[in-house]
Amino acid sequence: MTLTETPMQRERAMTIYEKSKPGRRAAVLPDAGVPEAPLAELIPAHLLREQAPNLPEIAEPEIVRHYNKLSRRNFDLDSGFYPLGSCTMKHNPRLNERVAALPGHARLHPAQDPRRAQGALELMWLLQESLSEICGLPHVSLQPSAGSHGELAGLLLTRAYHADRGEERTKVLAPDTSHGTNPASVTMAGYEVVKVATNERGGVEMDDLRAKIDEDPDQVACLMLTNPNTLGLFDENIAEIASLIHAAGGTLYYDGANLNAVMGQSRPGDMGFDIVHVNLHKSFSQPHGGGGPGAGPIAVSDRIEPFLPRPQVVRREADNGHGLSFDLDHERPKSIGRLRGFQGNFGVFVRSYAYILSLGADGLAEASETAVLNANYLKARLADGRAGERLPIAFDRHCMHEFVLSGKPMKKELGLATLDLAKRLLDFGFHPPTVYFPLLVDEALMVEPTETETKESLDAFAAAIEQILEEAEGDPEIAKQAPYTTPVRRLDEVKATRHPVVRQPLQPPPPTGR
Amino acid sequence: MSDANYPDDLRYHDQHDWARLEGDDHAVFGITWYAQDSLGEVVFYDGPEVGATVQKDSSYAEVESVKAVSDVIAPLSGEIVEINDALEDTPEKINDDPYGDGWLVKVRLTSPEEAGSLLAAAEYQKLLES
Amino acid sequence: MTRYTSATPDDRAEMLAAIGVESVADLFEQIPEPLRLGRPLALPDGLSETEVFDRLAALAGANADAESEVCFVGAGMYDHYVPAIVDAITSRSEFLTPYTPYQPEISQGGLQVMFEFQTAMSELTGLPVSNAGLYEGPSSVASAGYLAMGATKRRRFVVSRGVHPHSRETLATYSEGYGAEVVEVGLEGGLTDAAALAAAVDAETAAVFLQSPNFLGAVEDVEALGAAAKEHGALLVVACDPMTLGILKPPGACGADIALGEGQPLGNRLDFGGPSFGFFCATEAQIRRMPGRIAGETEDVDGRRGFVLALQTREQHIRREKATNNICTAQALNALAAMVHLAWLGRQGFRELGELLVQRTAYARQRLAAVEGVELLHEAPVVREFAVRLDAPVGAVLDRCAERGIAAGYPLGREYPEHEDGLLIAITERRSREQIDQLAEALGAAVAAERGEFVNQELTKAPTEAVS
Repeated sequence: MTLTETPMQRERAMTIYEKSKPGRRAAVLPDAGVPEAPLAELIPAHLLREQAPNLPEIAEPEIVRHYNKLSRRNFDLDSGFYPLGSCTMKHNPRLNERVAALPGHARLHPAQDPRRAQGALELMWLLQESLSEICGLPHVSLQPSAGSHGELAGLLLTRAYHADRGEERTKVLAPDTSHGTNPASVTMAGYEVVKVATNERGGVEMDDLRAKIDEDPDQVACLMLTNPNTLGLFDENIAEIASLIHAAGGTLYYDGANLNAVMGQSRPGDMGFDIVHVNLHKSFSQPHGGGGPGAGPIAVSDRIEPFLPRPQVVRREADNGHGLSFDLDHERPKSIGRLRGFQGNFGVFVRSYAYILSLGADGLAEASETAVLNANYLKARLADGRAGERLPIAFDRHCMHEFVLSGKPMKKELGLATLDLAKRLLDFGFHPPTVYFPLLVDEALMVEPTETETKESLDAFAAAIEQILEEAEGDPEIAKQAPYTTPVRRLDEVKATRHPVVRQPLQPPPPTGR
Repeated sequence: MSDANYPDDLRYHDQHDWARLEGDDHAVFGITWYAQDSLGEVVFYDGPEVGATVQKDSSYAEVESVKAVSDVIAPLSGEIVEINDALEDTPEKINDDPYGDGWLVKVRLTSPEEAGSLLAAAEYQKLLES
Repeated sequence: MTRYTSATPDDRAEMLAAIGVESVADLFEQIPEPLRLGRPLALPDGLSETEVFDRLAALAGANADAESEVCFVGAGMYDHYVPAIVDAITSRSEFLTPYTPYQPEISQGGLQVMFEFQTAMSELTGLPVSNAGLYEGPSSVASAGYLAMGATKRRRFVVSRGVHPHSRETLATYSEGYGAEVVEVGLEGGLTDAAALAAAVDAETAAVFLQSPNFLGAVEDVEALGAAAKEHGALLVVACDPMTLGILKPPGACGADIALGEGQPLGNRLDFGGPSFGFFCATEAQIRRMPGRIAGETEDVDGRRGFVLALQTREQHIRREKATNNICTAQALNALAAMVHLAWLGRQGFRELGELLVQRTAYARQRLAAVEGVELLHEAPVVREFAVRLDAPVGAVLDRCAERGIAAGYPLGREYPEHEDGLLIAITERRSREQIDQLAEALGAAVAAERGEFVNQELTKAPTEAVS
């Protein structure tokens, strides 16, 4: 190994604390410029800290170099194909970063008087209107901070809706293909999850759904569904599903993680959903930031509207009679209340609204078309050759924006787990697809190319899979030991979890002389 | 890690748990070789406390690997009288020696006759093959 | 093709042939016909980049931001200076555009940043375990409630009225779901009423929630107040402003089981309220109940040091309905901004900044207290924010100050009706002595003017009342 070790591999990872030396610094602060009193005269000594917290001591050039180096130990969307299923890794337009950084957005205090934040409120209102049209539901709250936060909001709305009718229901149905956030949100909202089976076409098993409802229709609070689902398949029975749930008195929740497949094509509201969350960081191009920020606005039907979180952006006739003005409505007596501080992730709203303006009605529809075209093309490419044999499609029909392969034959015939294939892909310069999800597909590989990839990059990915499989037919050990070229090779996750080291151990700092 | 084996002196539950009967009304519980192998390297064990009651066929503990959590099902009903403290720091004993140092709990049985419904080693192995 | 797609008509033809369909529309046939939209969305068609920029710039221009006026508003988010290197580093695509680090071999940069961030937050709060970040402050408080319920198997929270109103309201919203009761304890002289708190905590209490400095800016004696929680086996949850932790005794040293808060003051811009991040630190005992991502140190197969997401079995993608929380966002980019800001300030600078805030705030407080018609709402010690009472309607005074380009503070009336006349004033290193003097003058003039009008109104009102 040492002969082929790359420079990045040779360099031992050092944290910024290990580069720290007492006395170094970057920041030069302004003088207080006011008459000063000893600290202990202003704040009682027993409330004061004895020693300054142990932060790094390091000059600016080295801070820049440290994080610059670290950045190069990341793979990112701007560097290569990132077909991570369910995550919609589409291009992040830099225009959006520029407009989000305008001082009128970036330095606007969240508690600014609404009369002096009209631009921001108008932008939020316009985004609400846009999402309302895209989702086919009349009301929108931008407040939830992420998809899972939107789910929790939706379930709390469901609870409030039933309570308002004098009912307390206990069960939330969700298919066995659902994202893990669905059941986790259900529990946080105080409900019990009831799993619904999947049929041979990858949709909801209708008999099982009926049986689960019939067990106790009065207890069915909600059904949570992703459509297209996590197999990338549109559930053709959605109208019937909706009517079954509505007949039982429950609400229908749409997990919008896969909205990128249907923008301008089909609307959750028209499918019968009552509540939808939208991942602005997926379909609407907010950069993922290595794990946030995002935003998860919700769109709801009329019957859910009274319960939306506070505050809500509203448009009113201006006091002076000419034009319209925007305000934050805190007086919502039936509201579930706040889900977070202030008004939501406004910076994300700016980027997503810029994206919607850029694409427009025609562009959004075209984006979904191309996302579906790209996914089906890549699926077709991977149905040929070795991949078709070793990595068959889990449910063989046209997909929407993503599809799921099963590595079961590959594992059986070559001894190669899906994880091994994923790790070998790293050496080919690709981010692997989502692995081992959804759970009902053995050795699952979930591929979502998105619309912003070229045919050439899809072809290159298919060729890489072919080459890895060919290589594994000769010597499966190559993939089983992969990757070789990444900054570090396979990591010991068992060690990290058995005896977790979650911070840098530091020597206590020398006293500050206070 | 040990090789696959299923001692004859144990009784087996189809959810991959074993019981070693001790005297008339005590038993030691653990998970089978197959269970620990499917789970992979155990990183954490979350068990009950002494005095807790366990119900046959219900979960009484959890074992975790890096990417999975598994419920541990009680093969018999009773009250916990002893727990394997060593697993807190060295849960890997469950992998290394599932029938010995990797035992989980000792139980005073409330319905010793339930043991009749458990499987013998050969029966359990047959189940695994099917 | 739109701006961000590349499929030419030739590409499409080749791709459709490979799929074996005539048109893209064929692929959408799996959507039942009645559910297909069949019309364009009722949105305008796409615009050019310059047009989009102009639209957004016009909207931005309709806001009074902290660059166009002098901002003394705080209430949880502050107009700190964000050093230039924060922008430079956070705009690198390698940090901006990846997903959550599910493939650690190609995510070492992000994972190491998480590890460094966890170390920094652990140092600041004096607690050994930190996660990699949550959405923001108030929802972190609600997540602490969920943790406390799991840890204690109790369902009652005792919350000081000094905790940020948004946090209290968010905790109440979440509690409605997971089924907990929230009991509020009032303030006395700006500080949590210790006797009332002690009386409210009982054997059914899962957690006691304090904030220091509290919403009115007052530094609480967390250690003394927290004794009631300890006595009854409840968790002590302390919300804090990270910028004050160079000065104030860390929550971990005051007996906190959980220390959390809004991270915006560290390296994050105001952004009209988000995105920012929440930090969440705890004792070792709670590590397996923590919400959110946690990076951990390990080694690769060749023995190289590396980092991975640790303790993932807590999380929704594995534990599903039994997860410790549903969150899967770490606000990683915002936490990176915080880490870079903290490294830039460094150990000395961080403390100096805290001292600067204390000194300027003390000056501002004294200066304003001397203004006619302005008095201190409380006398408790403060770090960077304090509350005053105005002898005139707060809204009208704020309007008058705004006319002079000063955002004078945060009106307390809506959330604290008992302080209808209250104004909360925040100081950052960007607020110079000169600006503080301007504020004092503007407030004084505004109060005087309003009092004048107020008196006149009363005079004109009097006869009407006499008639009736």
